[in-house]
Order: sequence, then structure tokens, then C-alpha cells
Amino acid sequence: MARAAVLGRLTWRLGKVAEIVQETPAVASLLLDVPGWPGHLAGQHVDVRLTAEDGYQAQRSYSIASAPEDGRVALTVERLADGEVSPYLVGEVRVGDEIELRGPIGGFFVWKAGDPRPLLLIAGGSGIAPLMSMLRHRKAAPAASPARLLYSSRTIEDVIYRPELERLGAGDEAIQVWQTLTREQPPGWTGYARRVDSAMLNEIAWPKERVPAVYVCGPTGFVEEAAELLVDSGYDPAWIKTERFGATGG
Amino acid sequence: MQQSDLKLDGNSIGGLLSEIFALEATAAQTTCAGCGAVNPVGQVDVYLNAPGAVVRCPGCEQVLMRIVRGGGRIWIDLTGTRCLEFRDPG
Repeated sequence: MARAAVLGRLTWRLGKVAEIVQETPAVASLLLDVPGWPGHLAGQHVDVRLTAEDGYQAQRSYSIASAPEDGRVALTVERLADGEVSPYLVGEVRVGDEIELRGPIGGFFVWKAGDPRPLLLIAGGSGIAPLMSMLRHRKAAPAASPARLLYSSRTIEDVIYRPELERLGAGDEAIQVWQTLTREQPPGWTGYARRVDSAMLNEIAWPKERVPAVYVCGPTGFVEEAAELLVDSGYDPAWIKTERFGATGG
Repeated sequence: MQQSDLKLDGNSIGGLLSEIFALEATAAQTTCAGCGAVNPVGQVDVYLNAPGAVVRCPGCEQVLMRIVRGGGRIWIDLTGTRCLEFRDPG
């Protein structure tokens, strides 16, 4: 990966679905075996292309959720009812099917475990996917800087990677996980129960003196609000990297 | 649906840009020809609901780039970008 900044020609290749994990009713992770995969950085994405029998093509970008250390490329996809691509990837695709993809793509919204700054991850909904790659990458590098995740979902049923996040948050002092459920909370819920606000960030975000590396991913409104709150609290905008998912997608 | 609902960012055109530039472009810095704001490409506003990609400055909303592909061509208008600065991988 030493020369990852110099790209080879980005080519379409075939990935074979080796496993499907139904994360929530609307979200599935596809674990792909991709022959010739050049490796990736945490936070990068791929373009996925579907071709209909009449030649019509539709293309979408999906974040890679697996760590660079993982053998398979995991894509976590949310099914959007009026989408062109996601209803196929979540619901139609079966183990053994092949999917056309190209990547890895992106050099801005990436994190490497060698970064000495403490890590702050803020996710809204399916925006957790690239941040999960970072968290898994962090887990695979015990000597790396401490990491904190704040993850906002509507209900407990919408929480992606729920068992793994519980393990990550419980097992390692250096990885801390907070969750907020904005719409509905189950009995006995001990996490936050409101939208991300400045009081919540004051409790979770690293003090600005620690000069953290910050990654925010989610719907456009969520990302802009969270980034603004952090800047209002004294964070330098240059510390904050964002990735916005539009309200459409598909 | 509001226009803001359709707003993405430069990360979303990383694949398209990698068809055009030999160096990774989402980490490159753009300088807006309108207001002079400097931002990483990954951070600027992108609208894909046009025929092609329209890239705008998050500060002053000026169009930084227009990229249209089709008919065997890729057409790029960089009028609104004063400068693109890539990291030299050596």
C-alpha cells in the first residue's frame, strides 16, 4: 500500500458473494471474495455496477465496512424502496452470485491506525459502514490511539453491527462506544435518547486540547449539524472529515 | 424534496475522478476561483441529479467543476477552479 496514492487504472472486477449478514430488516452486509483485490484503506468505498439484460446499467457507491486486515471485502447496503441498485443487493442477491465492482476509491475520508491522534467517529444510520472499517482496523492494531464512537439510530432494530459494537465497546478500554436512539427506545435502554446535540458531544468528544482526528458520516443534515456543533465547541474544521449520504441514493 | 437533500460531497465522485486523473483526487485541494476558499475535493458539494456531476464550493456555492460523460467522451469544465493541488506521491 506504500504507493496507494498512485492509482492503477481503475478496472471493473467481479466479486463473489461468500456470505450475507442481515444486519437489520433493511440492511445487509455482503462479504465478497474479490480475486486480485489490491487491498484498501479504512474509509474507502467501491462503485458497484448492475447491468440489465437489455444493457441498461446502474451504478452506486458503497463504503467498505471490512478492515484492511480482513480477507473479504464487506459492503453494507441499506435497501431503499425506490432505489435502482439496493433492492437487488438487499433481498435478491444470493451466496455464490457475482457482483461487478471497482475500487478501492478515495484518499480523503480514510484513516490509518498509525495516526497518533485520538480518534472520534460519529455515525448516523448507515453512515456507520466506513466508520466500522476504521473501528475494525483500530481493533486489529492494539498499539493504536484510543477511539470513541457515537452512533445515532432511530430505533434499536435499526442498529447495524449491534452485537459486534456491544463487544467492541465492552472489551477494550481503548475503544469506547456510545449510542443514541432518536425515535424509540426499548425498555431498560441506558444509552442516549435524543438527536446529537452539544451536551452529548461535550460528554463524548475528546477535549480539543487532544487535537483529535474526527470522521463524521451519515445523511447530509446529520453530518453538517454534527460538524457544526464540533466547530462551535472549538474544534478546528481541519480536524473533521465528513462523508455525506444524500437522502436519495439507491 | 429539497435541493439540499440531493447534496453529496466529493467523496462520491472519487471513482469518476480516478478515470480522469492519475493521482488520487478526493484528497487534492481545490481553490475556488470565486471566493478563493481552499477545500479538499472530498469536502466540496456535489450534485449528481444533473446530467453529469456538478461540483460546487461549500463557501460561496460557485460551480467549481462540471463533468459530463457520454457519447464516448468525458467533458470537464474547470472554469470555477483556480487551482488543483495534489500530493506528490514521489
